[in-house]
Parts: sequence; structure tokens; C-alpha cells
Amino acid sequence: MNTEISGIIALFVATVLLAIPFGKYIAKVYAGEKTLLDPVFNPVEKLFYRISGIDATQEMNWKQHLTAMLGINFIWFFLSMFILMNQGWLPLNPDGNPSMSPDLAFNTAISFIVNCNLQHYSGETGASYLTQLVGLMYLHFVSAATGMAACAIVFNALRERQAEKLGNFYNYFLKSCTRILLPVSMVVASLLVFNGSPMTFEGKDTITTLQGDSVQVSRGPAAAFIAIKHLGTNGGGFFGVNSAHPFENPSYFTNGIEMITQMLIPFAFIFALGYYLNRKRLAWTIFGVMTVGFLSLTIPTVIAEMNGSPAIAHLGVVQPNGSMEGKEARFGTAASGYWSIATTVISTGSVNSMHDSSMPLSGAMQLLAMMINAFYGGCGVGILNYFIFIVLAVFISGLMVGRTPEFLGKKVEAREVKIAAIIAILHPFLILVGAALSSYLAARDAPMGWWFNGNATGWLNNPGYHGFSEMLYEYTSSAANNGSGFEGLGDNNPFWNITTGIVLLLSRYLPIIGPVAIAGLLASKKYIPESAGTLKTDTSTFAIMTFAVIAIIAALSFFPALALGPLAEHFKLFK
Amino acid sequence: MKTLFSAIRLTLVSMVLFAVIYPLLITGIAQLAPNQGKGETIEINGKTVGYQKIGQSFTADKYFWSRPSAAGYNAASSAGSNKGATNPDYLATVQARIDTFLVHNPKVVKSQIPSEMVTASGSGLDPDITPTSARIQVKRIADTRKISEDKILALIDSHTQKPLLGLFGTETINVLELNVGLDELK
Repeated sequence: MNTEISGIIALFVATVLLAIPFGKYIAKVYAGEKTLLDPVFNPVEKLFYRISGIDATQEMNWKQHLTAMLGINFIWFFLSMFILMNQGWLPLNPDGNPSMSPDLAFNTAISFIVNCNLQHYSGETGASYLTQLVGLMYLHFVSAATGMAACAIVFNALRERQAEKLGNFYNYFLKSCTRILLPVSMVVASLLVFNGSPMTFEGKDTITTLQGDSVQVSRGPAAAFIAIKHLGTNGGGFFGVNSAHPFENPSYFTNGIEMITQMLIPFAFIFALGYYLNRKRLAWTIFGVMTVGFLSLTIPTVIAEMNGSPAIAHLGVVQPNGSMEGKEARFGTAASGYWSIATTVISTGSVNSMHDSSMPLSGAMQLLAMMINAFYGGCGVGILNYFIFIVLAVFISGLMVGRTPEFLGKKVEAREVKIAAIIAILHPFLILVGAALSSYLAARDAPMGWWFNGNATGWLNNPGYHGFSEMLYEYTSSAANNGSGFEGLGDNNPFWNITTGIVLLLSRYLPIIGPVAIAGLLASKKYIPESAGTLKTDTSTFAIMTFAVIAIIAALSFFPALALGPLAEHFKLFK
Repeated sequence: MKTLFSAIRLTLVSMVLFAVIYPLLITGIAQLAPNQGKGETIEINGKTVGYQKIGQSFTADKYFWSRPSAAGYNAASSAGSNKGATNPDYLATVQARIDTFLVHNPKVVKSQIPSEMVTASGSGLDPDITPTSARIQVKRIADTRKISEDKILALIDSHTQKPLLGLFGTETINVLELNVGLDELK
């Protein structure tokens, strides 16, 4: 078999094999059972709580959870705004990078607290080491832990009992950091430094190359940053081109490590749900639906990339390795195509190839992955997104068979379904409104004044259908809290910084508030034991039902936009 | 209000652990890594000629060429071209690269050129090319340096990085190391 294909199959299998035991461990952590690292971190956590004046044993209802979560997120926003706008004079800035403009700092701070990491700056020239570590890497940890804690609240709420109190937010939050994110990051970062990623506080080096040119080489404390950026499905890179950079991802081996690291927690959370609720069949059903979705996006992408571009073939050269524009020789097209879908189904958004130069069909698959945003999904929030689709599927199935819809022994009623419907509609609303606004401006080539230096078409790097795809991708990536981009788009200006910043805020917190509220409402209802009349949610029939709901919502909402962008470009290229 | 003050304090103490202690621990571990985590360098007679992982521009006929770069191989930044597959300007650029390649490699025909030698990498700093891309440059280098093709082909073989465990991934060659090896050939 082709070694590039066997490489990506091995990656997937290895991730699943690691995620099953890790999921069991995560379930134990949230259930408050004894785990391996208790002797190290119990005292640390106690100290943290004492200093902060927090009683982590006090149980909260779902509203108190959300207050605590939003409160601490609010603090992070101001803190990182301050660092970003003052990095120029603050310490640890050996390359003398300037402070960020207010609109760029606004976008960057939001996009890191919401786990998106759009990065309208470039790491080498736009961020000091203080910013990278304290302003951004800290947010890698805590934004991931926010999503994980929200998911833990939902786990707690779905247990077989009637309850108002659903654990303590700070306990879930801090344990996510200390028991899950920190130890694995240490291991991954160590592997990276021994395989060529730098971890140094020295600034740029100037060297004379073998051929006699004088060039500079940016370095920095990258390895620690790269580990957590993947583990927390954040995706914001240390260097401008993210994991395509040879320091950020030095070899095929590190590529595998980073790939497994970013998919580990999203996979493990599904299995954790099975262990935590003692419903392993349900977990495998969910995993099955997500995997079918993932593969149906991945396979066309890998084939398209390995086959190469007809436009390049037309110029008379050969493409033995497929479409190599925007790709690195050490990864090849298969691993690049696989990564491009993995990073978009889960909400990492780190890249090891330039998505703007992907084949149009791959671009469509990347977009679709973010538009659905529920196959595996980001740290914790992936399950929350999928939970919305489960509620809708339960409701629709209930209507079809003429029974009161139930999920895990709780009646799903009008209020829950309304919340789920709003959250499901919010995602296409934000993406399509953004894409419509920007393409309206670009189509008229409108003068943008303060918002953009020049006329609106100036922000496009490619003409025609592909230009539309660039704008569509930027809002899709923002609304999915993904952070990858068709990076040719000129996005560091007030128009893109502010509009995507608003999309980021709405698309992060509402899809967390919604599922937590639904789960909280369900938890407070009477538990009805299963009977012959119960709709079973761990069967293949229900799995197909959920998949159909996802497919219909995504297809109805997004097909027109995809047809105008990547699909039109595909048919132009292959005509 | 009490919640906010607690949140501020929790933020500050957790920052010490995640943003100070964690990176310092990794920096400590990096002291055991090649070149203490400052990036592995390649030296000739004690003089640094480059970083092993960072690609360099090679345009002289006597060296193996690297892939085209949208960043000009200056690693103070990094960039891909971000051009789409149907962009006419992009296709014109690729056509120009093909023409240049043929001028410098008169014994090569167009249908032998692998596309990676005329398309820009993702980072603009790609340190590698594939063995195929190295082999089609052999005639040019042999003619320029007046050494036998067999010697150069053997050098390519000895520098080829096989797939991981022989099973997974790509075959590549580090261009800088290959060219250093070329300079050492007699």
C-alpha cells in the first residue's frame, strides 16, 4: 500500500486506541474519583482556591455555572487586551515587535478567549514572547478548560436522577487544566523539543546561508505553545504559517504527534460520556455517526489532493505527489488533506498546508466540516453542539411516532426544543449574514473609508468564485470557532477585525449557554425509567436519524453558498 | 462582584502555573535537546551555514534547488502564496517557473518536472524536496561541477530520508544537507 495512505490510517487508529482509556480517565476526573495525579495537584488546587476565596465544593445550579463561566471569561478578555496593546514596551520582546492596534487586539483577545484563534497577525512580527506565553498560551489552557467544564456540567445533568445542583464550575474548570491539559502538554512539548521545535527565549538569529545570502531566523518558546495549542483544539500558531512552519512541525513524526494530540480530547470526551453515564452503547453510537461524517469529508479531500490539479497538468508538468501548492514536502498531500479535514471538523484550525491553495473540492469539504461543526468538534464543545442535534432528532422522531419525546429518561418539551432550534439556526445565520455583507461590498467594490485601506475588492487575494470562498471561509471559521483561514484574505483591518470579532463572541457563548440551559432544565425534571415505549437513542436507527437531521440542516442552509464558491470553482477547473 | 474578584485572583494564580512554570519546565527539558532548544544548526568548519529544519534559497546551477517560496526563504517571516487553483496570475507564475527551470536544465523535458519544483510550499521555508525532484537536477549539477552523475546519484541515495519505519509517510531529502554533501564531494 502507498505509504502516505497507510500513514493517515495509522494516525486515525492510534488516536482511537489512545482515546478510549483516556476517556475513562476523564470520566473519573469529573466524577471526582481518585486519579493518578491527585498527590501532585490536590495541594496545588487547594492553594489556588484559598488564595482566590473560592469554595470548590459548593454545588451550583446551571445559572450559577454560567455566571461563573462568563465572569472569568470577561476578566481574561481585559487582561489579554492589555497585554496585546502594550507588548511593545513590556518585557520579553527581543525582536522589538510593536504593540497591536486596538481593533487587532480586540479581535485577537476575543478569538483566543473563545478558543478560535483567527490570528490576523503573524507570530514572528506581531507578538512578543510575553504575549505568546502570558497573553495567548494561558488562554489556550483556560479557553479549552472552559469548554470542557461546560461539557462536564452537561454530563452531570444527564445522570439518572432529578437534580438542581450540578457540581462546581471552578472544580471542573481547574481539574480540566491540571489533570488533563497540563500533564499531556508536558509530554507532547517534550517530544517536540527533542524532534526539532525550538524552546528558547533568544530572539531572531542572523545567518549567512550556504549560497551566501544573509537571512534571519525567528525562534522562540514555541514547543510549549504548540503542545497546548493542539491539545486544547485552539490552533493558534506560534509562527505565521502555523504547523506548516518547519520549526512548528519539523517532521512527519511530529506531524503525527500533533495530529493525534489535537484529536485526542474530542475523541476521548465521547468515550468519557459513555463511562460517566454508564452508557457505552450511546457513546459508540455517537462516535459512529461522527466517524461516518468525518470519513465522508476526508476521503474526497485526500483523493482530490493526491490527484492534483488539472490546471497544473495542463501546463505540461507531472504531479507524482499530487497538488503541492501550499504544501510541505515532508508531509505530502495525503497527510495534508487528512489534516485539513481533521482540523476543521474539530475546532482546532491549525494548518499544515495552506487551505487557500487546496483543491476547490477540498475547500468545500473544509467549509462543510465547519458548517456542520458537530463531527467530534472542539474540546468539550463538540459534544455540546452534537447534543443540540440529538435534542432536535429526539423531538422529530417523537413527532413521527406520536410519543412525547424523551432523552435519557427526561421529557424533552417545548422550551428545550426552542433553545435547540435557536442555537441550530444561529450558526448559518452568522455565517451567511457575514458572507453576504462582505461580498455585497466586494461586488460593488465599495470605498471602505476607515474600515479598510482602499476599496473592498482589495482584501481579496484571488478573483472570481475563489474570492467569494475566501470571504465565506473567514466567517465560517469564526462562527465555528475554528481559526483556520483562506489566509490570502486581507483581514488585519477594522472591517474584518471587528465583524469577525462580533461573530466570534456570539458563536462561542450562545452555543455553550444553550446546551447547558437545556441540560439544566432536563436535570430538574422527573426521571422516568425506560419502558417498552421509550425511544431508544443508542440504536442504529436513531443514529441514522441524527445524521439525517444534521445533513438536512447543513444542506438546506449552506448548499447555495457552497455552490457559489468552491463548487462553482470545481466545475470550472474540471470542465 | 465577589465572583469577579475571585475570578481575578484565580486567573492570576493559575497564570503562574500555566504561563510561567510550565514553559520554564519545558525550557529546562529543552537544555537536554539538540542545541539546547535553540534550533539545530549545520556548521562547516565552525561556521553556521543554516538551521537544519529551515529551508534556504538555492539558485546557483551548482547546487540542488529548493522549492519556490512565497517568503523568499527569509525565516524572519513565513508565508504560502495562498493562490487558488484557478487564479490566472498564479498559473502564469507557475508557467514562468517552468520556463526558467527548462532554461537552466536543457537536458530535461517538461513532462519530467515534478510539480513541487514549480509550486510554492506552505511555509515558504520548506527544507525538503523529494528524491524525484533531486534526480532531475543531476545532469545540470554534473555538467556545472564536472563530476560524474553516478557520484551525485549515490549522494542523493545516502541523503534520502525514508518513510517513517519504512511504512508511513513521504520520502524526502533535506536540500541544505544535500548541498553541503555536494560541496564535500571531490
